[in-house]
Amino acid sequence: MPHDLARAALQGLLTRTSVPRDVVDYIVYGTVIQEVKTSNVAREAALGAGFSDKTPAHTVTMACISSNQAMTTGMGAGRASCGVHRDVPALQCPCPAGVGMIAAGQCDVVVAGGVELMSDVPIRHSRKMRKTMLTLNRAKTLGQKLSLISKIRPDYFTPELPAVAEFSTSETMGHSADRLAAAFGVSRLEQDEYALRSHSLAKKAQDEGLLQDVVPFKVPGKDTVTKDNGIRPSSLEQMGKLKPAFVKPYGTVTAANSSFLTDGASAMLIMSEEKALAMGYKPKAYLRDFVYVSQDPKDQLLLGPTYATPKVLEKAGLTLGDIDVFEFHEAFAGQILANLKAMDSDWFAQNYMGRKSKVGAPPLDKFNTWGGSLSLGHPFGATGCRLVITAAHRLKKEGGQYGLVAACAAGGQGHAMIVELYPQ
Amino acid sequence: MGKKPNKNQFEFIWGHKPTDGMVNTLSKQLSAEFTDVMNEIWANEAVRSAVLISSKPGSFIAGADLNMLEACKTAQEVTQLSQDGQKMLEKIENSPKPVVAAISGSCLGGGLEVAIACHYRVATKDRKTVLGTPEVLLGLLPGAGGTQRLPKMVGLPAAFDMMLTGRNIRADRAKKMGLVDQLVEPLGPGLKTPEARTIEYLEEVAINFARGLANKTVSAKRSRGLMQRLTDYAMALPFVRQQVYKTVESKVQKQTKGLYPAPLKIIEVVKTGLDQGNDAGYLIEAQSFGQLAVTKESKALMGLYHGQVHCKKNKFGNPQKEVKTLAVLGAGLMGAGIAQVSVDKGIKTILKDTAQKGLDRGQQQVYKGLNSKVKKKSLTSFERDSILSNLMGQLDYKGFEKADMVIEAVFEDINVKHKVLKEVEAVIPAHCVFASNTSALPISQIAAASKRPEKVIGMHYFSPVDKMQLLEIITTDKTSQDTAASAVAVGLKQGKVVIVVKDGPGFYTTRCLGPMLSEVVRVLQEGIDPKKVDAISTAFGFPVGAATLIDEVGVDVATHVAEDLGKAFGQRFGGGSIDLFKLMVQKGFLGRKAGKGFYVYQEGVKNRSVNSGMDEILQKFRVPANPDVCSDEDIQMRLVTRFVNEAAMCLQEGILSNPLEGDIGAVFGLGFPPCLGGPFRFADSYGARQLVDKLRKYEAVYGSQFTPCQLLLDHANSPSKKFHQ
Repeated sequence: MPHDLARAALQGLLTRTSVPRDVVDYIVYGTVIQEVKTSNVAREAALGAGFSDKTPAHTVTMACISSNQAMTTGMGAGRASCGVHRDVPALQCPCPAGVGMIAAGQCDVVVAGGVELMSDVPIRHSRKMRKTMLTLNRAKTLGQKLSLISKIRPDYFTPELPAVAEFSTSETMGHSADRLAAAFGVSRLEQDEYALRSHSLAKKAQDEGLLQDVVPFKVPGKDTVTKDNGIRPSSLEQMGKLKPAFVKPYGTVTAANSSFLTDGASAMLIMSEEKALAMGYKPKAYLRDFVYVSQDPKDQLLLGPTYATPKVLEKAGLTLGDIDVFEFHEAFAGQILANLKAMDSDWFAQNYMGRKSKVGAPPLDKFNTWGGSLSLGHPFGATGCRLVITAAHRLKKEGGQYGLVAACAAGGQGHAMIVELYPQ
Repeated sequence: MGKKPNKNQFEFIWGHKPTDGMVNTLSKQLSAEFTDVMNEIWANEAVRSAVLISSKPGSFIAGADLNMLEACKTAQEVTQLSQDGQKMLEKIENSPKPVVAAISGSCLGGGLEVAIACHYRVATKDRKTVLGTPEVLLGLLPGAGGTQRLPKMVGLPAAFDMMLTGRNIRADRAKKMGLVDQLVEPLGPGLKTPEARTIEYLEEVAINFARGLANKTVSAKRSRGLMQRLTDYAMALPFVRQQVYKTVESKVQKQTKGLYPAPLKIIEVVKTGLDQGNDAGYLIEAQSFGQLAVTKESKALMGLYHGQVHCKKNKFGNPQKEVKTLAVLGAGLMGAGIAQVSVDKGIKTILKDTAQKGLDRGQQQVYKGLNSKVKKKSLTSFERDSILSNLMGQLDYKGFEKADMVIEAVFEDINVKHKVLKEVEAVIPAHCVFASNTSALPISQIAAASKRPEKVIGMHYFSPVDKMQLLEIITTDKTSQDTAASAVAVGLKQGKVVIVVKDGPGFYTTRCLGPMLSEVVRVLQEGIDPKKVDAISTAFGFPVGAATLIDEVGVDVATHVAEDLGKAFGQRFGGGSIDLFKLMVQKGFLGRKAGKGFYVYQEGVKNRSVNSGMDEILQKFRVPANPDVCSDEDIQMRLVTRFVNEAAMCLQEGILSNPLEGDIGAVFGLGFPPCLGGPFRFADSYGARQLVDKLRKYEAVYGSQFTPCQLLLDHANSPSKKFHQ
């Protein structure tokens, strides 16, 4: 169950940071597909992970940027920590802009994270069946019960599966990504090349031991997972053979150039700078500034980063040139490339974003150089923390001051955050 | 006109740009260029395939050029046009180089025939892209091979359905039917506008398929489902086919009463093609096309088409202020109907009633109307909810200070109307238009209570508002141009066909209907039973029988209107006894809404029976019938001549500004037989002389109700005078 994964992430965080349990004031978790039994998965996981039962916890949801929302809800200033797949070190931010609990003076120490269990999603009975079952509860006599049961027809047993589709438009995300790629004229080859890049870079980072945020997880009854297991560098030729997955038969988005859905959880320790220093921690990074944006869920579903990037830069008083590390959520290769083209287009900036000029496309040599969701996988609610901590680690490893994290999310929403390396 | 060989010269893309007007039509000029381009494609060895695309978003080819057809003087000329078209399309069909039609926007009539002659069809899946064979609605048939290709492509039943109803088919449905091979989703903004990029993308996809067809990596053969294969198999059996013809024929006979020649011709032409082969099929198609084009039915229907186009324009120009917030007073059938057709066009609408119960009913009506579209899949449930967020139901005048227009649909009583007008004027802003949805009360009388009569106008909707296309707008001497512009703009936005008439008792539509209904009552009094009256009137082409019509309108409403108009026009509106109506009202026989009128209405019962309670009433008002004027034909003519005479009088008095709007109003608002094209078209085709003769004949029996008006007499006296040139 999802709370097991989340529990492991939280335990990993406790182990790595040695933060005393009773110091944690609050826990916020992000998740997308909720297990009905643990709808406040933050609380269940925290209790199971041995946090104090005096530490309140709540769960937030904002599609693929749920754990970003968890961080910014808790944030203000922070210091951080870890994940099942992803452990996360200390982050911190004196940012007065944050409306979160730390900035508001509600808390000093917050744990934020996210979890998603894509391998076991709730599948429901059909509405007719649910209705019959609920009525059955109220039926008093055997006769009433039998008459209700006799009304059940074979179609009642058709289950309702959750789909990665927009509620407002009924369009699946892959389909929208294919249209987006077409709108920006992104070719199949470009997408395959980008996906291959992501897998190759992730493989390299993994081999070099750079993905140190991963916490091993023992799957009950099975082996322990010690590393990201979806990294599969292939060849353009192999990838070119795949059939389009959404727009058939001529689309460009395939299984190979899309992020894959996977299980995962993340956790991160966020503190105010004073608190961190007082407790003797050396923070990893500041969470400087963040923005949320939203736009048309039909035709601009996945353009969140394009809208969020210039906004967060402006807010932080920075320019694209100040950024040393870009860490973008890779939902689809086509989506990333479309965003890059949109950010590089004056026409788009003027006609759709109400800006005078383009913000510019991030240089690829600074962009997702340790792989991304295409190669590492995308557990919806957990991805945000991974992006932030990877940005912090890359700043430290590659040298640099500012990192920019951006992500798109279902509902046509988006997010961006500026991460600053803590002075070494 | 743009044509460009693709970069590598393998595909030839021919994009046709309309040179005039909004849409592409198959004109002589286009055909000539088309032939040139095709010849070039065949001659150029570097070209291996071709794509046919329109560079005009929103229109592939919207059909044949009607002016070209109307310019033809004889059936032979039209047949020749048809044969030219057939030859051109046959060449495409037999082209050794594959031709792909890339369809975006309307692909209708001749446009569809071009598309189905191609080897492959790719269509944009958006709301503007519709395919269909609307020829039947113009009294014609698909005359460029459509009757022969369509049955082979989509199967006989579907082909009949398309050709006999003329309905528009959306792209996704067309894909399911096998009418198009691939769909292209419309794109959002990229580095160009969504429209421009979508067309470009459509072209790219179409080129890919054209290339694939030329390389034989794509097959134009469709995999057909089991059901379709079974149907095809069955249709191949002559016996089954005969049954289908028979069923379809009897259905057509029943619905058209034999008044429309086109549907029967379509069946005959399809039949010939399937039973006797292509050559015979093409020949009879061209001949029938020619014959149909010169029928008076086709001329009438084309006249209506032109009229509709005319009535979709705002002759007053753009209003100074667009109506963004509309308030509707009264949540009854009409009020809620007006609200429904407004919210779904994005107009914020306040629906106000005086009682919670009435308001609830009205809001439920709007919901139900929209939800039925969800059930038909023309709307998603999300869109329905988002549309409904434009609707505000309330009992007070809150928010009226933001209203740009108020349409009142309250009880038809001048005092009630005055009361709401005064209440509303106290709360609305200065620019707000006050429109009255009344069917008979003169607008100037309503405006008499207004502080600002220049802002008062009549907007007469027809019930049910979401189904009836007509809106009659009534201006008084004081109504300002801008107020009129605003009302027409709202009507057009609501999707209505708009006629604008001058104020007067009963305006135009109600006034024409009055004498006819009065005559219906007299006919009933003469001992013809309601069923027979209905049969006689539908046989003439009225979609609803005359007795049923009274039930639909409501006997109380009819009484009200008859009294008002009787007072205004006197003897001319006499005929039937108004006391008969009054007695019906007394007995509660109010028509459909009360469950009883001339007929008894029961939920779920289709074959309604005559209300036996009426026997006594009809007996009571029985008058002797004069056999000289009581044959079926005479009864029909008594009803119609009174209608036409009154319509002509409206034109004579300047209530109507032109005969075109008169025809549109009568057909779309009152159900005047479409095959006759409206009262003025009918006067032209029947002959004003003959019409006057009939009137004189009835005048001799019944008196001044049948006295022909001066305008008709003028037309009768100079045969060259026509209402429509």
